[in-house]
Amino acid sequence: MKDVPLKIDAEKCTGCGVCIKACPFGALSLEPREKFDLPESRFKRIVVVNDACTGCGACVPTCKFDALEVIEVERVGGSRVEDYRGVWVFAEQRDGEIQDVVYELLSKGRELADKLGQELAAVLLGSGIKESAAALFAWGADKVYVVDAPGLKEYNTDTYTDVFAHLVEKYRPEIVIAGATSIGRAFIPRVAVRVKTGLTADCTGLEIDDEKKILLQTRPAFGGNIMATITCPDHRPQMATVRHKVLKKVTPDPSRSGQIVEEKMEVGDVRTRVVEVLHEMQNQVNLAEADIIVSGGRGLGKPENFKIIEELARELGGAVGASRAAVDAGWIPAYHQVGQTGKTVCPKLYIACGISGAIQHLAGMSSSDTIVAINKDPDAPIFSVADYAIVGDLFEVVPAITKMLRE
Amino acid sequence: MHIVVCIKQVPNTTDVRINPETNTLVRDGVESIINPFDENAIEAALQLKDEHGAKVTVISMGPPQAESALRDALALGCDEVRLVSDRAFAGSDTWATSYALAQAIKSLGGADLILCGKQAIDGDTAQVGPGIAEFLGLPVVTYIRKLELLDDGARVRVERVFEDGYEVIESEMPVVLTVLKEMNIPRLPSLKGRMRAKRAEIPVLSAEAIGAEEEKVGLKGSPTRVVRIFSPPKKTGGMRIDGTSPLDAARLLVEKLKEQRVI
Amino acid sequence: MVEVDYGLTEEQLEIRNIVREFAEERVKPVRAELDEKEEFPRALLDELGRMDLMGLYIPEEYGGFGGSTLDFCIAVEELSRACIGVSVSFAANALGSYPILFAGTEEQKKKYMTPLAKGEKLAAFGLTEPSAGSDVSGIQTTAVRKDDKYIINGTKQWITNGGEADIYSVIALTDKSKGPRGASFFVIEKGTPGFSFGKKEKKLGIHASATRELIFEDCEVPAENLLGREGMGFLLAMKTFDQSRPGIGAQGVGLAQGCLDEAVEYGRHRVQFGHPITSNQAIQHMLADMATKIEAARGLVYASCRAVDKGGKGVSKISAMAKVFATDVAMEAAINAVQIFGGYGYTRDYPVEKMLRDAKILQIYEGTNQIQRNIIGQALVKEYASKKK
Repeated sequence: MKDVPLKIDAEKCTGCGVCIKACPFGALSLEPREKFDLPESRFKRIVVVNDACTGCGACVPTCKFDALEVIEVERVGGSRVEDYRGVWVFAEQRDGEIQDVVYELLSKGRELADKLGQELAAVLLGSGIKESAAALFAWGADKVYVVDAPGLKEYNTDTYTDVFAHLVEKYRPEIVIAGATSIGRAFIPRVAVRVKTGLTADCTGLEIDDEKKILLQTRPAFGGNIMATITCPDHRPQMATVRHKVLKKVTPDPSRSGQIVEEKMEVGDVRTRVVEVLHEMQNQVNLAEADIIVSGGRGLGKPENFKIIEELARELGGAVGASRAAVDAGWIPAYHQVGQTGKTVCPKLYIACGISGAIQHLAGMSSSDTIVAINKDPDAPIFSVADYAIVGDLFEVVPAITKMLRE
Repeated sequence: MHIVVCIKQVPNTTDVRINPETNTLVRDGVESIINPFDENAIEAALQLKDEHGAKVTVISMGPPQAESALRDALALGCDEVRLVSDRAFAGSDTWATSYALAQAIKSLGGADLILCGKQAIDGDTAQVGPGIAEFLGLPVVTYIRKLELLDDGARVRVERVFEDGYEVIESEMPVVLTVLKEMNIPRLPSLKGRMRAKRAEIPVLSAEAIGAEEEKVGLKGSPTRVVRIFSPPKKTGGMRIDGTSPLDAARLLVEKLKEQRVI
Repeated sequence: MVEVDYGLTEEQLEIRNIVREFAEERVKPVRAELDEKEEFPRALLDELGRMDLMGLYIPEEYGGFGGSTLDFCIAVEELSRACIGVSVSFAANALGSYPILFAGTEEQKKKYMTPLAKGEKLAAFGLTEPSAGSDVSGIQTTAVRKDDKYIINGTKQWITNGGEADIYSVIALTDKSKGPRGASFFVIEKGTPGFSFGKKEKKLGIHASATRELIFEDCEVPAENLLGREGMGFLLAMKTFDQSRPGIGAQGVGLAQGCLDEAVEYGRHRVQFGHPITSNQAIQHMLADMATKIEAARGLVYASCRAVDKGGKGVSKISAMAKVFATDVAMEAAINAVQIFGGYGYTRDYPVEKMLRDAKILQIYEGTNQIQRNIIGQALVKEYASKKK
């Protein structure tokens, strides 16, 4: 089959179908052999592959008959890989304040740069932000590229893309990592398209391949059901975004120093303009920042019952979360939603009450340090990720915990 | 006004389960749906159509089966649909997908407004919307929750959500917008719309039809590649508290959490 | 779920899908709130209008879908699976429309059915009075001809969609001396001087539906609002009920199915003595009886729909059978669902409490089940008497 990167050896395939289950993309299926022009065989069926195949190779080791083989497809239009050096971190700032995720990225970036024996640089864009640059050295940066221009006062996808892509083309870093924030996820994909390279979103793991010295970017897919390791072998820079709280911060070293490179750039006309900025959710405990989250799901039955969730959250000084089912039912506003279509959280303690644990929810909270689940269904999938699984009625158990904490 | 909505057919990941014995994905009986955020994009387009009058074209890149997602779009009242489908697109990553969709939009004669969902729930990359904008050289505003036309449709005003608030942004048109779920509540199809959609022909756009360069689509045109797939590490050693009174369960939990210095 | 093949058409299957989706996504999330607040489901009906469902039973020439009785009942059944407070508001619209569809002139149908088909307006049916319940001949509301007008006086009671509807099909005596043969139907629009609404009833169940008095005090109605001819009213009412009874049966099937859905789901997850309670034979037998009777009721309701669409003799009997059987099944299913839920079923934390309160009305309205049995009994006696000749 043209362009599908998996070869199926018709002589070896027995049509057992074991490989089908291993395919995360549903690309394999069984068909009667007679549908194809194949040599005689004692087997009636054969595995076929469709366009959904990405050549990941997950199926290959499952075949006992060595009938499967991944074919390397030649990529076209790669970069001159050897021209690119250095690890870059996008030092996102808002209102002049460096975002926490940047320190996490620098911590990881330092590790990657050391492994490659290259320098680590931060890229800081904004207006009147020069003073913030020096602070980045303590977190491991050797160099900070600063573009300080009035036109960069507010975030704008056009200008950020122009400036960042210009820097990439001029200085040619080997690796670029950015926070998977609302800003990073908006302009970094544009930059990747413009400089014609790959980008992997929401990585949970970044490592350098010992042998090939390329970046191994690991991320969850299908709502966290599977993990995929992705590379960008022939194009540079290798670009990735990482969510806040996924990487660990090192202890900053205030004695470190480095070089500030100021880049003068004309920031051109923009096609989009910010008219007004409103921080509306400031008074609530920010879910993504919270150390403790108490979440409610379908088991609550109705909106009023979120009261018992709120009470426990208040007692613990935590935030209130919710499953998609509770949000879809209109019991609680969408910004409380934890999960794949909501927020990914990683608190120290996550208490799931009346949440069955659909994959979509697990994807957003399963990396929490400690998970407590309360559910009356002993088979609820949420229990599979729980450190403490309480089988019981949440309407009794949750108030009891609140009471216990008060005492 | 011509609005193009880009949608993706995805497996309903809330139904996807892992087989605990084989540690593989159980796809049996998992229905294919329109990516939920894309439903909000369609609704946003249809609301503009209801209010201001517009032609709404929905495009989707995918295998022939993705046709059913486009039928659903027709049932909702979208005017036209195109399935961007070709063997040559197989294995496209977000770069190649953005390129193909941008080419498809060009082949339709462009658009005044291009709407996408915030991200697809199977891949979760949120990269294709901005990617399309880059290929078309258009501005993009991501994560919007409100949209209104200004100056008779010459510009748009949108609310863009960020981590702890939102900003009001005005943009010239054409523009690419990616929308959030809170933008609207997607309508349900009408009966007549559903019956019409059942019988409709779904036009297919091939790589040739959209003038795509061969080396920019499919695996060849994709800078990234998947090198390994594995199951996420499983949590072990969870403690089960069952069969005790609620009060005892609560007491035990609080003791444990204190012991572990979690609280 | 495996569904029995009733030979439904492609369109009917689509109606089922689309209404099921609506019931799941729109009705279920709000039904408890509508019940609690006794709130009329205006937004839901508006959306059903946009989905072409308010005009399901209205001929295409008036902008409807031109659906059959079975098409309509499939929609009613699916809505009822979630909430019969909502489905009765939906179905009462059809009830109020039938006299116009059956006896209206082309002009009347164009004028009234077109906005009803789009869901822009809502209809209601006004027959019952304080002293005319099962005994329709007890009606006392009068319509006196005066020049090119009728002057209406009297009170209608327990009118579903009362106050919410825009178009009312109301029966009144144009000739008191003729008794029931002197009754006639009129279309009366909301806002007509002399037409007001009495109190909204506080009911046991179906809280989402509006049940109100219609009060006519020297209400002047143009003569052209008469439906058909004077004196046709009683026959028209009977024809309307023959048409609408399968719909009540469909409500019963839907409600019963909703009870079964809830009971099985709950029972599978409720663990007592170390096992889900559905592993107890006692529970399984209750569920088995529920499921069996529901399927029998569904078969009968669908058969009655087809009979109504075909017309002819015997329609009254089979549509009464469908109504009486399906609604008795619904009542029983609701009682048993609450029983399976135990204490939880008696609380408002679970929907079966509401379903039980709702179910009772099915045995009462549109002819009590005792009246239905009279109809069936009388039809039997008549059939056998004529056979002997």
